[in-house]
Amino acid sequence: MSSEFSPSTSRPSLYRRWTLSTLKEQSIRVLLFACALVSVATTIGIIGILVVETGLFFSQVSVGAFFGDTVWAPQSSDEPRFGIWPLACGTFLVAGVAGLIGLPMGLLAALYLSEYASERSRSILKPILEVLAGIPSIVFGYFGLVFVTPYVLQPIFMNGLGIDVGPFNVLSAGIVVGIMIIPTISSLSEDVLRSVPQGLREAGLALGSTKFDVSVRIILPAALSGIIAAFLLALSRAIGETMAVTIAAGSQPDLTLNVFRPVETMTAYIVLISLGEAAEGSIEKRSLYVVAMSLFLITLAMNIVARFILRRYRNEYQ
Amino acid sequence: MIESVITTDPHLARRHRWGGLFEWICKLATWGCLVILAVMIIGILINGWPHLSWSFLTSFDSVNNPKTAGIKAGIWGTFWLILLMACFSIPVGIGAAVYLEEYARPNRLTRLIQLNILNLAGVPSIVYGILGITVFGHMFGFFGNAPPREAVWALPFGTKVMTGALTLSLLILPVVIISTQEALRTVPASLRHSSLALGATQWQTIRFQVLPAAMPGILTGIILAVSRAVGESAPLIMVGALSYVHQTPGNISSVTDFFTKPQGIMAAPFDVFTAMPLVIYNWASQSDPVYQSLAAAGIVVLLVVLLLMNTAAVVIRQRFQNWIRW
Repeated sequence: MSSEFSPSTSRPSLYRRWTLSTLKEQSIRVLLFACALVSVATTIGIIGILVVETGLFFSQVSVGAFFGDTVWAPQSSDEPRFGIWPLACGTFLVAGVAGLIGLPMGLLAALYLSEYASERSRSILKPILEVLAGIPSIVFGYFGLVFVTPYVLQPIFMNGLGIDVGPFNVLSAGIVVGIMIIPTISSLSEDVLRSVPQGLREAGLALGSTKFDVSVRIILPAALSGIIAAFLLALSRAIGETMAVTIAAGSQPDLTLNVFRPVETMTAYIVLISLGEAAEGSIEKRSLYVVAMSLFLITLAMNIVARFILRRYRNEYQ
Repeated sequence: MIESVITTDPHLARRHRWGGLFEWICKLATWGCLVILAVMIIGILINGWPHLSWSFLTSFDSVNNPKTAGIKAGIWGTFWLILLMACFSIPVGIGAAVYLEEYARPNRLTRLIQLNILNLAGVPSIVYGILGITVFGHMFGFFGNAPPREAVWALPFGTKVMTGALTLSLLILPVVIISTQEALRTVPASLRHSSLALGATQWQTIRFQVLPAAMPGILTGIILAVSRAVGESAPLIMVGALSYVHQTPGNISSVTDFFTKPQGIMAAPFDVFTAMPLVIYNWASQSDPVYQSLAAAGIVVLLVVLLLMNTAAVVIRQRFQNWIRW
């Protein structure tokens, strides 16, 4: 650095490589670099801890039992069983319901904001979506448990259709997580839609397309890869979502596709084990890390794929 | 003119009708978010209204008599968390962002750090809790078991305010770095060039020109990041924070206590704690309707705190936007 900035005057003191001021400049640079390394250390810490504990777990439970068994019963005293599928099923079921609600709503909102809305409505709607994004997940969980289940789901499905809906169920958790991810999808997709060149819109309109044709048949396909990336990022948020599902979806690790039943998601299991009295180093406590490792890998893979698609998309148009 | 074409061509008329319908569907989905938000807030207000009083803010949780329970321990726990979180994440976050924007050359290491930060932003918060309990709570077991409750400045931190604050700092660090980088990018290069041309060193340029110019954007980003962390409960549950606590950190429970009990300020970061979302979670998971209503009241308090923080961010953004003109 100092060589770049050393001025070419004839005064000898300025030729000196180590003055107090260059020393200060260098140490500040090193200090700032150390700050940047904190994030790398965080990643190394997370991966290191999860890998070590997962290794210890698999020294006691076989990999085959983990992926092959269909029962998750770590607390069972006679024969604890560690099949990941009930937890995975609960997680994906909640994320699936959330996706069915959040993806169309978020995409429609993004289309409206980028193609239809006037500046005035945008200036109202964007802050509302930001507020929705800022509401803590525990509030959504409470909303699911205390409002969605008794006032929406039970009247419709239990009284209307005669389906048994318990206080904890996948549907209410999925609905509130779906609402939670709307702002993520709408803001990411809107950025993507807005970066489609204006020329495409003008060309479509000039050829006699209606506004609907332009937005759905031209802009949407052009932005498709970016929108898929937004979906992936939002779904990975839904999978990692903790408090809302812990409160609304219950804690019953069942292998089921019935959305009216309670399930236990990976995140809910982690929370319940750490609230409980499992001893440090016990197999029960270790199972927490292996579940966290699965969660970490799933969300990381989705994030990496989404970022990759987004970068490809940006290169296409910018 | 268009109207007449539409009425004469049935095919085109249908397309326009369908287009209009689609616009309404989009509009409905977007404004639907406002309706959901309104229903949620009104419903929670109605549920929590009976408990919202001054005594709710100034009394502790109660098992025997839920009617007199309050969120005092949660409020003070959250206060200390915010304070300590700011102390850690502001310097480190700004430092990292300044390094990446102003010093780093576009080489492989820089790209790696950048990519790493983006990926960290997508890691579920509960995973940070696992990191927090192992690194700050137990310190890998290097220093033996957790110190007793009264111990101040003892290692490892155990389940104290410090552990929670450090964990949440790591959680918000990627967000702080990314938003600070964006703020630094809005500072025009000409400002840096003129400062360097006048003989300032690189650090002097950053310290006296770039950072002050980017400060409103940086502060807004930090406040928003901290306000996200205030609502987080999963990492705090992971690090072992309790949900039922009958004291405030350092026994400081009013503004005057800061002056009358100065030793409490040093003790508070090493005291047991709870936080507002944890208290709410504890209440929400009880089946008794009284607790459900208490949880609603707690949520109202939490949302008011978040609203205040967000308002502060907006005010800073507005005020400085008018102030700085290039």
